Amino acid sequence: MNYWRKPLDRDKVKPGDFEVHILKDRCKGCRFCIDFCPRQVLRDSDDLNTKGYRPAAADPAKQCINCGFCVIVCPEFAVSVAMRLEKEPNV
Amino acid sequence: MTIEIANTKVIDQYIRQDRMPHIWCPGCGIGTVLHALIRSLVKGGYDMDKVAMVSGIGCTARAAGYVKMDSFHTTHGRALPFATGLKLANPDLKVILFSGDGDLVSIGGNHFIHAARRNMDITVICVNNFNYGMTGGQMGPTTPTGARTSTSRSGNYEPSFSIPALAAASGAVYVARWTCLHLRQLENSISEALTRKGFSLVEAISPCPTVYGRLNKQPTGLDQMKYYQTASSVENGADPMKVGIELNGKITCGKFVDIERPSYLEMAGFDKETR
Ligand SMILES: Cc1ncc(C[n+]2csc(CCOP(=O)(O)OP(=O)(O)O)c2C)c(N)n1
Ligand code: SF4
Ligand SMILES: [Mg+2]
Repeated sequence: MNYWRKPLDRDKVKPGDFEVHILKDRCKGCRFCIDFCPRQVLRDSDDLNTKGYRPAAADPAKQCINCGFCVIVCPEFAVSVAMRLEKEPNV
Repeated sequence: MTIEIANTKVIDQYIRQDRMPHIWCPGCGIGTVLHALIRSLVKGGYDMDKVAMVSGIGCTARAAGYVKMDSFHTTHGRALPFATGLKLANPDLKVILFSGDGDLVSIGGNHFIHAARRNMDITVICVNNFNYGMTGGQMGPTTPTGARTSTSRSGNYEPSFSIPALAAASGAVYVARWTCLHLRQLENSISEALTRKGFSLVEAISPCPTVYGRLNKQPTGLDQMKYYQTASSVENGADPMKVGIELNGKITCGKFVDIERPSYLEMAGFDKETR
């Protein structure tokens, strides 16, 4: 990405590593999340779900930025976003 | 590598999981609007024991059965009288009305104008899909002129109601309109509406692909969302009398009215001392 002006703390701030979770059997395949994801993280899955709809699935190769739009646009309450942690948190 | 839920599905604590999946069609926007309402309630930190949701009859109205809070699914068009009674009997309750356009301004139109006139302390969320979804897509008072529906096969020849105009003219203190795509704004407007004293109304334009979109060249929910994306403009403070929606025409969104006026409970001296 080309910045017009480089953010001052660009080297210090590391964007989180996010992944999208979809409750496959709740999805009715409306494709709202697929079409409106700014990073094209979601796509149609290869299989149908138990109700016969083709649910959305996250493409592991694409990087989610946690904008959260898929979570709020989903009419089925089926999408959530999780953050991957690199190391075990201190217990 | 552990996974921490960043955007936890807080929502799952407020909807009745045992009743999911809900009855709404693929591509229908009602679930999206309900999601926005629940986020506003969560963000506002409301005690869910002090919130009650009332609805009439219709696809939208089914929402009352999906939330984990006190809710009542009343008869068609009579949600506002029920909500009025509920608020008067227990003024401490935050009463939210969640219903469709047909329920609120067609059969319930008379109750709507008088609740707004009285400035009854109720927050109304109206899901407008321009038709009677549940019963098979008949035309109603919000159906744009020219739209095809199951009871206007060659195009509706009646002029239509604009809900913000009706609410503002009848005396509502807060009036806003958003579509199912303006989700952050919708959430913020609902949050604001919940804090206002008196009659507040948020209209959410929603896809109904199954019975409305299909007959109007937008056969999927996604087609309708794309229409909102290209045809809507945000004009906060716009004159509510000038925000009518024509068939597949421009949709003006925004907050149109935000005024103060004594509410019904204030006028009636219904504060805690006198109760
Ligand atoms: C007294 C009465 N008249 C008519 C009906 C039939 N009816 C059920 S739902 C409905 C329309 C609902 O439309 P709307 O409120 O816009 O909700 P939507 O389904 O579009 O979400 C009608 C006319 C009824 N249930 N009761
Ligand atoms: S008929 Fe229309 S309003 Fe009713 S659930 Fe289906 S899409 Fe939604
Ligand atoms: Mg309707």
